[in-house]
Amino acid sequence: MNETWVNLAYLVASILFILGMKGMTHPRTAVRGNMMSALAMFIAVIAAAVSIELDLVVVIVGIAIGAAIGGFLALWVKMTAMPQMVAVFNGLGGGASVFVAWADLVQRGVNTDLETSIATAAAGLIGAVTLTGSLVAYAKLEEIKQFRNPIRLPMHQLISAGLAVGAIAIGVAIVQWPDIGPGIYLLLILFAAALGVALVTPIGGADMPVVIALLNSYSGLAAAATGFVIHNNVLIIAGSLVGASGLILTSIMCKAMNRSLFNVIFGGIDASAGGGSEDDIYAGKIKSTSAEEVAMLMDGIQSVVIIPGYGMAVAQAQHAVRDLYQQLQARDIDVKFAIHPVAGRMPGHMNVLLAEVDIPYEKLVESDTINPTLDTVDVAIVLGANDVVNPVARDPDSAIAGMPIVDVDKCRTVVVIKRSLSPGFAKIANPLFAADNTLMFFSDGKEAVEELVKAVKEY
Amino acid sequence: MMDIALILSQVEVVASNHTVPFMVVLTIFVLAVFIGFEVITKVPPTLHTPLMSGSNAISGITIVGAILAAASTSGTISTIFGFIAIVMATVNVVGGYLVTHRMLRMFKKK
Repeated sequence: MNETWVNLAYLVASILFILGMKGMTHPRTAVRGNMMSALAMFIAVIAAAVSIELDLVVVIVGIAIGAAIGGFLALWVKMTAMPQMVAVFNGLGGGASVFVAWADLVQRGVNTDLETSIATAAAGLIGAVTLTGSLVAYAKLEEIKQFRNPIRLPMHQLISAGLAVGAIAIGVAIVQWPDIGPGIYLLLILFAAALGVALVTPIGGADMPVVIALLNSYSGLAAAATGFVIHNNVLIIAGSLVGASGLILTSIMCKAMNRSLFNVIFGGIDASAGGGSEDDIYAGKIKSTSAEEVAMLMDGIQSVVIIPGYGMAVAQAQHAVRDLYQQLQARDIDVKFAIHPVAGRMPGHMNVLLAEVDIPYEKLVESDTINPTLDTVDVAIVLGANDVVNPVARDPDSAIAGMPIVDVDKCRTVVVIKRSLSPGFAKIANPLFAADNTLMFFSDGKEAVEELVKAVKEY
Repeated sequence: MMDIALILSQVEVVASNHTVPFMVVLTIFVLAVFIGFEVITKVPPTLHTPLMSGSNAISGITIVGAILAAASTSGTISTIFGFIAIVMATVNVVGGYLVTHRMLRMFKKK
């Protein structure tokens, strides 16, 4: 009787998770969708607590500690630090799967069936990769010194492959000889944990959106595998929903760079291919400009497009950008933002920052949509973006060949706000900076935009 | 007497768990993946981050497994592992939903 009610509660939770996810696909219904999903989680937790009929002290204390930590982190984190926060939460989800499968293994002892053994090994493997991979991603996003740059050991790919083969071999051993005991599971976790580190350390900043989306998918798959271990449907359903949505995001991010997932994880970008050297491209062709000159350009024009990149996040320039947006709108200039899918360090990073400063989301236009209209735009302002506006991508021989870009070079005038001519993540020179219609505004992103706001006001 | 009843109910749960045929569970998994793909395909880029952090919170559903593990009668080790898992999963769930809510509220206010 009791068990039937509990399972019914799990079913209700599963339905609410699906409806909640559906709500997340539209800005108007997203808040409600998230709440529905939270309600589903609440129902599932209550049902689980009711079903055990035992001393709940451990459960309540655990939830209280977790809720306090999670609540504090979530309310305290700055919007600019959102990517690393999401990475941490993600890793903890994977870690929880590792421990649940482990506890179940200890509890079961040797009496186990084939499917459960496979699921246990999968939950441990995916969960541990998610945990350590996410923590390395956190360290990279937080720009902790030791992790900031891609780290490649000699024969790095070989090491990763070896760890992967080792982890899978141990997994097979767990399945084949279940009576070896739980000790071998620890070995599996160690191998998988090392694999998570080895896979994420060589990945550079601009590829982070792919990695974050992929780890997101893994955390769901780990939860689903745990569901197989303890034969629990709500874990399987909720976990696979997350797995699927993470995979979709991963593929969107890969397409936006015209690279395969395999290439992002195992390959690097070969900067030497195609395009000229920096000296050839830039020599004598760079025109620098000032806030006053740009303000003059803005006089009497009709349209401005702003292309933000990770530099805007680093410089915390979004508030200044909002002021500029308002100034220009007040002068009847149509301002739009061209958002490249991989701008920033996680999927949708720029959208979050601009929403934080109240830019209406109708003003944020995806690069594919805005590209055909760019030749009618008077002034484009590139703020802290580089590779995503590099016309070299149209050259089939270049390192970033075929990567969809924002075609800013078609705008009448392009103003690039940048500290120096240093290359972006792909480490290749950008001919846009030397184009006839480009003016370089060398400055910190935030200061530049603030100066620009002042100059436009005074002009 | 009470203890025996509890143990019996646990045994019953374990027994009934293992009566669910694997194929049924696998079917549920595959169908749920399909639902995931169908529901998510068209997400506007504006919502990529909230979708990710919101679905991330959902992956904290492992908390259900953690609660069941912590309450197991079979010994302290699984209780300790269950406790660790509860703390980790709760941080994931509570943090994930709150962060998502914060972001979505920004998208809504106009």
